[in-house]
Amino acid sequence: MEPKIVAFCCKWCSSAGADLAGTSRMKYPPNIRIIRVMCSGRIEPSYILRALELGADGVIVTGCHLGDCHYIAGNEQAKKRVEMTTELLETMGIDPRRLRLEWISASEGARFASVMTDFVEEIKELGPSPLGGVS
Amino acid sequence: MTAVDDLIRDAGAYYCIECGKCTTVCPIANANPEFAPRLIVVKAMAGIANVALEPDIWRCMTCETCSEMCPYNVLYSEFIRGLRAEAVSTGIVPVCSQHDLMQTMMRIMATPGIEQNRLGWVTPDLKIADKGEVFYFTGCLPQMSTIFRDQEDVNLLGIAQSAVKIFNRAGITPVVSNQEVCCGHDLNWTGDEVNFEKLMRINLDLIKKSGAAKVVFTCAECLRTFEIDYQDIAGDLDYELLHISEFVDDLVAEGKITFDGVEEKVTYHDPCRLGRHLGIYDAPRNVIGAIEGMDLIEMERTREKSACCGVSAWLTCDSIAKEMQLARMMEAVGTGGDKLITSCPKCQIHLRCAISEEMPIEREKADIPIEDFTILVANSIKAGA
Repeated sequence: MEPKIVAFCCKWCSSAGADLAGTSRMKYPPNIRIIRVMCSGRIEPSYILRALELGADGVIVTGCHLGDCHYIAGNEQAKKRVEMTTELLETMGIDPRRLRLEWISASEGARFASVMTDFVEEIKELGPSPLGGVS
Repeated sequence: MTAVDDLIRDAGAYYCIECGKCTTVCPIANANPEFAPRLIVVKAMAGIANVALEPDIWRCMTCETCSEMCPYNVLYSEFIRGLRAEAVSTGIVPVCSQHDLMQTMMRIMATPGIEQNRLGWVTPDLKIADKGEVFYFTGCLPQMSTIFRDQEDVNLLGIAQSAVKIFNRAGITPVVSNQEVCCGHDLNWTGDEVNFEKLMRINLDLIKKSGAAKVVFTCAECLRTFEIDYQDIAGDLDYELLHISEFVDDLVAEGKITFDGVEEKVTYHDPCRLGRHLGIYDAPRNVIGAIEGMDLIEMERTREKSACCGVSAWLTCDSIAKEMQLARMMEAVGTGGDKLITSCPKCQIHLRCAISEEMPIEREKADIPIEDFTILVANSIKAGA
């Protein structure tokens, strides 16, 4: 079974990075389902848990590099929230490696492809999520 | 008979004489004239459309101030709980604070076969066991402590640690389990009966296997859920369910623990689940009274008339809740006490939230340290006794 991975990408940097990866014909595994959001700071811990609950094997949150946020400090909020969610996942017994936070700028198409490739490989090693197929 | 008819019968709503006392005392109706508990009952009985689809059923805090006043003992919160389950079965999705984070977490916990790591708070000096007479049910303290880690001074893990300290001092090694899951209180009150039952089965199996004769709780909501909701579905449980205040009250009476004297004035906030739902008012007061030099000053709204912390099941966090929390904090400051004591972790979270940000009033008027009952007791126990 191929893993299902949800990638939250911010509009201003990371999803532009994804576009660049695409228009430059760079390859990365098709396991990634991109959800574009206005800012990585928009991603609430509950979205991450909900994705896992609904059967995602991994969740990756991507945003502008620290200091580059289009909304000044949204990515700093994202960092705080992802750190909190990581701790929560650990307590709940879900491998925290299933959640990752990465900064990818609009000019880093190659980085987008390599980060996604790396994450998919890591999730494949971890195997299917224990929550797979939960109603 | 429709599902709503069944609910009307089970909650005894047919006895409603439309006296309106419920609406008079309802803290929400006081702040929002459009909301009236009586109206919901009346609408349900008149068979007006499907009352489960009314948005007002999600606004009730189920604090049971109304039931306390009702001359015919209509089980109002039970009625609301049933309506919510009915609403969810028709496809309505409740809107909870933190975007449903707590409920999602609880639903994940209901998945069998996940090995949790929830015992990170058990420090080497605390003695716990896998099997034994007394089971200590921690509830969601480990998870909540992560979720609310930004709240200053909120020491949720300290509650669990203090509880084990109290047991150990009394010569008891409590069972604390890594397999325990959330009691499901919040799912039950937001209409998710399916996952609530799954959680219940996991917990009941676990406690049965531990061979415990007593289960002790530090959370008022967990105790209510076991005492009322679990026994409602699973039948009578063959072990004793106790709040930590009752347990300590017994220990004090048996002379198994004694307290150090402190010169302190405190006030006590009755959580709705412990007070009005379960009728436990005296145990915590007895224990506070047993601490030499500790002076308990009651607030104006106390015991049966205790104010609500404003939020239950993460449903009703809004401007009305904030007002209620501030009013409660001002009342606590008004007693002239040094601390506000409560025995519900969630009351603590909600009341603290109101004073953690900018306030519409001067800070001194509402700022008073809040401490959990269990922590207060553990810190006051005489060393070596």
